[in-house]
Amino acid sequence: MSEALLAPSAAPARDTTPLLDIRGLKVHFKTDDGMVRAVDGVDITANRAETVCVVGESGCGKTVTAKTVLKLIDMPPGRIVAGEIRFEGRDLVPLPPAEMRKIRAKQIGFVFQEPMTSLNPVYTVGQQIAETVRQHEGLSRRAALDRAAEMLRLVNIPNPQRRVQDYPHQFSGGMRQRVMIAMALSCNPKLLIADEPTTALDVTIQAQILDLLDEMKQRLGMAVLLITHAMGVVAEVAQRVVVMYAGKVVEEATVEALFATPRHPYTQGLIRSIPRIDRAASVHARLEAIPGTVPSLLNPPVGCRFAARCRHAMPDCVAAEPPLREVAPGHKVACILYPEHRP
Amino acid sequence: MTNYVVRRLLIAIPSLLGISVILFTVLALAPGDPFEELATNPAIPPDVRAALRASLGLDDPVWTRYFSWLTAMLRGDWGYSFVSRVNVDQLILARLPTTLAIIGASQVLALAIALPVGVMAATRPYSVFDQVANTLAFIGFSLPTFFTGLLLILLFSITLDWLPFVYRADLTSTGWTWWGEQIRQSIMPVAVLGLFQGAAWTRFVRSAVLDVIRLDHVTTARAKGLPEGSVTLRHVVRNALIPVVTLVALQMPTVFGGAIVTEQIFRVPGIGSLLISAILANDTPVIMAVTFVFAGLVIFFNLLADVIYGWLDPRISYS
Ligand SMILES: Nc1ncnc2c1ncn2[C@@H]1O[C@H](COP(=O)(O)OP(=O)(O)OP(=O)(O)O)[C@@H](O)[C@H]1O
Ligand code: SF4
Ligand SMILES: [Mg+2]
Repeated sequence: MSEALLAPSAAPARDTTPLLDIRGLKVHFKTDDGMVRAVDGVDITANRAETVCVVGESGCGKTVTAKTVLKLIDMPPGRIVAGEIRFEGRDLVPLPPAEMRKIRAKQIGFVFQEPMTSLNPVYTVGQQIAETVRQHEGLSRRAALDRAAEMLRLVNIPNPQRRVQDYPHQFSGGMRQRVMIAMALSCNPKLLIADEPTTALDVTIQAQILDLLDEMKQRLGMAVLLITHAMGVVAEVAQRVVVMYAGKVVEEATVEALFATPRHPYTQGLIRSIPRIDRAASVHARLEAIPGTVPSLLNPPVGCRFAARCRHAMPDCVAAEPPLREVAPGHKVACILYPEHRP
Repeated sequence: MTNYVVRRLLIAIPSLLGISVILFTVLALAPGDPFEELATNPAIPPDVRAALRASLGLDDPVWTRYFSWLTAMLRGDWGYSFVSRVNVDQLILARLPTTLAIIGASQVLALAIALPVGVMAATRPYSVFDQVANTLAFIGFSLPTFFTGLLLILLFSITLDWLPFVYRADLTSTGWTWWGEQIRQSIMPVAVLGLFQGAAWTRFVRSAVLDVIRLDHVTTARAKGLPEGSVTLRHVVRNALIPVVTLVALQMPTVFGGAIVTEQIFRVPGIGSLLISAILANDTPVIMAVTFVFAGLVIFFNLLADVIYGWLDPRISYS
């Protein structure tokens, strides 16, 4: 009620509130071995028409975070233990299923990691895109199929009118990921979440898909939350970067700041591990991988979770968990090496 | 597609021939003779008996008899029953509709139980509903049909006297009363067969649905904002039907086996009970013909399953 009354006057100010604002999110899974703290205090914001990359090693909770935004994790065993997921100012966490369904695809599109298995093999791609459109826009079957063909054309699939009648197995991996993107964008969402959309693809196809995402963003103007474990991808597409480690955000900055002055020792390690052409040409081409392994999310260590692998670790690091603090304008780090920035 | 069906039918011919050879040999080697009774009957003179045997070709070698049977069969002459002297094709045609009606009704019942229960159980794994359904399915699947059949007769016919325990093909009533009596006498055989198959299929459906439910495309369907009902029906059950169809087709011989036993228990005058009585009387032409009909039905249902399979799964191509 009050929201409806506020809406018109708040409209100009609304553009400054982030489109997506995840605060203190904790998602835990109950398993036979105990509670897996897959996401344990994550803050991510994405503004309108902005590309935010979430980066981190395998198992650090990227997929769980992304799926939780649309409540696509299995509950049970999963549970949102704490936190808020504000989309256009409205918290999605307490939203009932019926309301949640109106957000999915319509407001927030989702592209999954595995194009080979993410489409239903028994329906044509046209039917699958049309189904989404019909659900949210009440179009007729005919009109929805036309939209499907239009979307295929948009994502540069040749012969869209004919291809809508093909089944997923008649497409290559890269083409299927284009179909997934077409489907995710078919209702013109304000935010597109892409969970490692290129990881399962050939290297040559990866670049094409990233280019396509960029092109779509230019044309349709949606925000993109891109999840990846490749720093190279981050450098190419991101405006802002969120670095995750063992279920927590350890650093957040603009892409320029992150690559120019990475603060967190983990981020520094990640950046050092990018293969670089110039270095490769001169000295021995060696990737500097971060030594050690990710701690278990079952019983995460007290204090900084990176301590076991950090070359700057000191007793204070394991005494208490370092909070995520702003150390320079717009640059947040969770590490005790950096004093809080006070404007 | 038509090509595929024709090819499958052609492949079926050698299997049918093989079945007939094995069956014929086994019957020829088996002890017992349709003329045993006549042989001990002093009223029939030995020369008449010998002439009868010769006219039926009973003294020829097995392979001669087999080929004369086969050529007659191919000409459409199924011979006649040694026992009742009625043409075998007439015997079978008179009894086949009853068998098909009982089997058909029981399979509809089985599917009507297995589909909803299996899907509900799989979508709520380890819930109370799932555990009760699982337990009942296990019990239903473990109890042999002759046991449940006798149990039902004991309860509903003898103790409660609600249902007739002998199935009659010669109901004299007409119109609605006929239908009423028909249904009353069909309840128990249909229930026995249907519940048994329903229990088996519930387990199939449950495990097929559980396999599909964790696939990525189901999460995609949810991410599209579809209601849970559409996700389950269109993206889970629809895909789970593919393996279920195969399993159901593979079960057809079991279904016919169950039908034979059930017909025997309830004295249903179908081809199953015809087969049993023919076996007891060494009535070779009837045994051969009925077995052939069952083999033909099994082949037909397998073919049907293949066709449905291809229709359900666009990845299959019949080339
Ligand atoms: N349904 C579940 N039940 C139990 N644990 C789960 C479940 N889903 C995810 N997890 C756990 O949550 C943790 C984070 O997983 P997640 O898939 O988010 O990692 P990720 O960062 O996406 O890794 P990757 O780069 O490999 O995709 C993992 O340790 C995983 O075992
Ligand atoms: S808090 Fe300590 S252990 Fe953790 S990253 Fe910073 S210096 Fe390393
Ligand atoms: Mg992942």
